[in-house]
Amino acid sequence: MSEVTPLDPDLTTADTPAASLESSLIVDDLSLFYGDSQALSSINMEIAKKQVTAFIGPSGCGKSTLLRCFNRMNDLIDGVSINGEIRFDGVEIHDESVDVAELRRRIGMVFQRPNPFPKSIYENVAYGLRIQGEDSKAVLDERVEWALKSAALWDEVKDRLKESALGLSGGQQQRLVIARAVAIKPAVLLLDEPASALDPISTLKIEELIDQLKEDYTIVIVTHNMQQAARVSDFTAFLYLGELVEFGDTDTIFRNPTERRTEDYITGRYG
Amino acid sequence: MTRHISEQYDAELSQIKEMLMEMGGLVEQQVAHSCRAFINHDANLAQEVCDTEARLNQLEVELDDHCVSIIAKRQPTAGDLRNVVSVMKAIADLERIGDEADRIARMALRVSDTALPEDHYADFRRIHQQASRALHWSLDAFARRDVEGALRVIHADEEIDQAYNELARKCIRDMRDKSEGIEDSVSMIWAARALERIGDHAKNLGEYVIYQVKGLDVRHAADTDTEWDGM
Repeated sequence: MSEVTPLDPDLTTADTPAASLESSLIVDDLSLFYGDSQALSSINMEIAKKQVTAFIGPSGCGKSTLLRCFNRMNDLIDGVSINGEIRFDGVEIHDESVDVAELRRRIGMVFQRPNPFPKSIYENVAYGLRIQGEDSKAVLDERVEWALKSAALWDEVKDRLKESALGLSGGQQQRLVIARAVAIKPAVLLLDEPASALDPISTLKIEELIDQLKEDYTIVIVTHNMQQAARVSDFTAFLYLGELVEFGDTDTIFRNPTERRTEDYITGRYG
Repeated sequence: MTRHISEQYDAELSQIKEMLMEMGGLVEQQVAHSCRAFINHDANLAQEVCDTEARLNQLEVELDDHCVSIIAKRQPTAGDLRNVVSVMKAIADLERIGDEADRIARMALRVSDTALPEDHYADFRRIHQQASRALHWSLDAFARRDVEGALRVIHADEEIDQAYNELARKCIRDMRDKSEGIEDSVSMIWAARALERIGDHAKNLGEYVIYQVKGLDVRHAADTDTEWDGM
């Protein structure tokens, strides 16, 4: 008997989980070093537009490092060197002509711990627009309301927009930070463990929000919670020791992964 | 398979497999006893089969409960998920095989001991052997995660169907030729039909083995093409 071929081999091979979808980000032979230590090894992958892609893997596997490559957050860390390319809408993001601030405007990021500014709820959301020079109250009012509605927070805060954001619960703060990120209308949202500091109900709200946001945004999420990856993502990438071990549609990864290392990780076995 | 980080999880998965094998063993015994009762017109043994049916139903409920508990607590994925899903499906088929054995036992209580020709019993014995063998192979394949064994069971089903059709034709011919003994012929058809159904359930078990091991759903694949079985 010869080896069984997967039902649809296209869906289980690395690099291009869904050839039919348009790519937002293309990673081409990307390696990253912290000094002498290699954190990412020759990563090749395409992130599909207006889909949710989840990165999973054990601590230290490189998933957050890879996420931070997309808006060049690693530039802020001393001793980092990067080989290879990342193309965002066809443009190599490390190119000299790329304005990093503009790149980060178009590729927004939300971190593990909600980090609202010590300002009012309103000012938190309006912050990015003000930085861009927007000072029309009508425009700001309209955008703040839209962003808070997008982040499923409007109904909870509409009567206290002038109050400090620090008075919100953790889950509300995280949705506020997402509202702040979407207020400047990015194309991509990078979510680094966005729900790991939240209680289960707030987590479900964030997951529900991710499902709604993918109508308009490309979302990449790093999560330690595998069930969360299974619930919210269309595609899942499993990284291990800086390598992209397997990348495919989420259903396949969680029901019948191709790689033994993926299976061992998602089923909770010793590697 | 490497072990889970949680030893308790390993223990829970082993337990459902062991319970399934226990249920399989009991089902095999029920089939053997019901057929012996039918062939030998042994009313006591037939009654014993009917009485044991309750134990089988109880095992079904217990095993189902264990599987649901694993899903609730562990949210199994990949091979573990296919493992639990296969066991849950297999439980249903084993329970149905138990029902078929019960049917054969009830036919044994109904059929008279003189009316049917001996060659019908010879045919019945042959179908019994084929169906029992298929059931045994399927349980063996389940226990060993043996895809080749599972394929053998799937292929064996056709042979059982043919043998059943042949016997059914003979019984229908008897009924057409002479009106006395119609009830016994009907009982024979029912009992043989139960064996044929047991073959179908054994085939299902074989298909679950392939799903469990390879992640391929081969149900109905044979109806449309046979490419999958050239693995």
